[in-house]
Amino acid sequence: MSPRNAARTAYLVLIYGFLYLPILVLIVYSFNDAKYSLEWRGVTWTWYRNLLDDPDLLQAALNSVLIAALSATVATGIGALAAVALYRYEFFGKPLLQGLIFVLMMTPDIVMGIALLILFASLSLPLGFWTLLLAHITFNIPFVVVTVLSRISGFDRHLLEAARDLGATEFQAVRRVVLPLLMPAVAAGWLLSFTLSMDDVMVSFFVTGPTFEILPLKIYSMARLGVTPEINALCTLMLGATLILILIAQLLLRERT
Amino acid sequence: MRRKEPFKLTAVGVIGFWLTAFALLPNLLLVVASLLERGGDEFVALILTLDNYRRLFDPLYLGVLLDSLWLAAATTLLCLLLGYPFAYLLTRMPARWRPLLLLLVIVPFWTSSLVRTYAMVILLQTNGWLNQLLLDLGWIAEPLELLYTESAVIAGMLYALLPFMILPLYAVLEKLDRRLIEAARDLGAGWITIFRRIILPLTLPGIVAGCLLTFLPGLGMFYVADLLGGARAMLVGNLIRDQFLSARDWPFGAAASVLLTVLMGFLLWAYYLSARRANRGALP
Repeated sequence: MSPRNAARTAYLVLIYGFLYLPILVLIVYSFNDAKYSLEWRGVTWTWYRNLLDDPDLLQAALNSVLIAALSATVATGIGALAAVALYRYEFFGKPLLQGLIFVLMMTPDIVMGIALLILFASLSLPLGFWTLLLAHITFNIPFVVVTVLSRISGFDRHLLEAARDLGATEFQAVRRVVLPLLMPAVAAGWLLSFTLSMDDVMVSFFVTGPTFEILPLKIYSMARLGVTPEINALCTLMLGATLILILIAQLLLRERT
Repeated sequence: MRRKEPFKLTAVGVIGFWLTAFALLPNLLLVVASLLERGGDEFVALILTLDNYRRLFDPLYLGVLLDSLWLAAATTLLCLLLGYPFAYLLTRMPARWRPLLLLLVIVPFWTSSLVRTYAMVILLQTNGWLNQLLLDLGWIAEPLELLYTESAVIAGMLYALLPFMILPLYAVLEKLDRRLIEAARDLGAGWITIFRRIILPLTLPGIVAGCLLTFLPGLGMFYVADLLGGARAMLVGNLIRDQFLSARDWPFGAAASVLLTVLMGFLLWAYYLSARRANRGALP
C-alpha cells in the first residue's frame, strides 16, 4: 500500500471509528458487572434482568411498539396511495402537494412537534394515545412516499395501460398490477416508518401526555438523571431491534433490483 | 380521459386531506399563535401583536439565539470539513465495496440519535473512555471536564448529524464527471484550481443540502444540549421547549419556531439556486 493509500484508509477508519466507537462502548458496558465503575468486571445479565422487572418500562416499550406498528401501517397506506397518485395523475394542486411533502420532510422536528401541539390544543384534544398516533402518521408519510416513488419511477407504465385496456377498473389495476410490483418498497417504507416512530423523541415530546408513556421519552427522562447500566442495556436492546428491522428493509429493497 | 375515476379521487383526496389537516393547518396556526398575546387561563389571548417577535431581539433571548446559531454553524462546518473528504474517498473506493461502506454510514443514521447522544455521554464523562485514554497516554495529568461544556454539545451534534452531511455529499460526488477533472489537468490546472473551479461548483447542491440537513436540526436538538451541555448550553430548541413546558408562553415559543421555519425557507431557497446553477453548468 502506498503511503497515500494508507493515509486514505486511515482517514476512513477514523471516521467509521467515530461513528461506531460510542455505540460499541455502550454495548460493552451494558454487560459489565459493575454499577458505577468503568473497570471491566466480567459479563453479567443483571441489567437486562432488571429491565424485565420494571413494569413501567415494559408498558412504555409496549406502547412504543403499538404506536410504531399502527402509525407505520396507516402511514404506509396513505403514503403508497400518495406515491401512486403523484406518479399516475395530474390534478389541481399537485405542485402544492409535492411541496408540502417535501417541506414536511425538511421541517425541523421541534417545529413540527409544537405546530401539532397547537393544533391539538385548539381542537381541545387531550394529549395521549390518539394525538401521538396522528403525529407519528404525519411525520412517517413523506418517508413512505419517497421510498415508494423511488421504486415506481422504474415501473413499466404499459403494464397498467394493458390492465386498463383489458377492462380492469383503476382500483383493480392498482391493486392487482401496481401493488404487487411495489410490495418490496411498500414493505421497506413500513419498516422505515416503524423505526422512525420507535426512535422519535422530539415530536413525541410535545404531543403525548402523562397517560401514555413511550420508550424514547422514558430513556430521555432516565438519561437526564445520569448514566446507569440499565439504560445501557435498554439502549442496546433498542439498537439491536432497529438494526434487525433495517437489515430486513434493506433485503426487501435489494430483492429484484 | 374523461372517465369518472373514484380511485383517483380517493387517492388524491386522502393525501390532500391529511397534508392539509396535519401539515398546512398546524403551520398556519403556528404563525397565527406567534402573532397573539400570551393568555391567562387559555394558552393564547386573541389580541394581535408583534411583541413576540420584538422580544426575540431582547438581549437575553438574542444571546441564546446567537449562541445556538454559533453552535449549529460550528457543527455544520465541522460536519462539512470531516464529511467532504470522507465522501470523496468513499467514491474512490472499489465499486464492489461501496454499497457496504455506504450502508455502514447509514446504519448509525437509522438508529436513535437519542441513544447515540447517550453513548456520547458515556464516552465523555469524567471517568469515561476518552479521559482514561488521555490519562494512559500521559497527555493529561488530571481528567478533563469534557461533559457539560459547549464542546461536548458540538461533539454530540456532530456525532448525531455527520451522516446527514455525508450522504448528500456522496450523492453529488459520485455523479461528478471524472473526465472534467482530467480535461482540466491536461489543460494545466493545479489541484486548487480544479477544486475551486470544477469540483466545488458542481458539488455545491450537495454541500447546501448537507448544510440544510445539519444546520436546522442543530438549532433544535434540545436533548443533546440537555444531556451533554447541562446548564452551559441552550439551543433555540431548548428555548422553544421551555416556552411550551415551563414558561407557558406559547405565542413567544411559536414566534421562535416561525424564525426556524423562515431560516429553513432561506436555506431551501439557497439549495434551489445552487442546484439550478449546477445543472446549468453541466449542460454543454
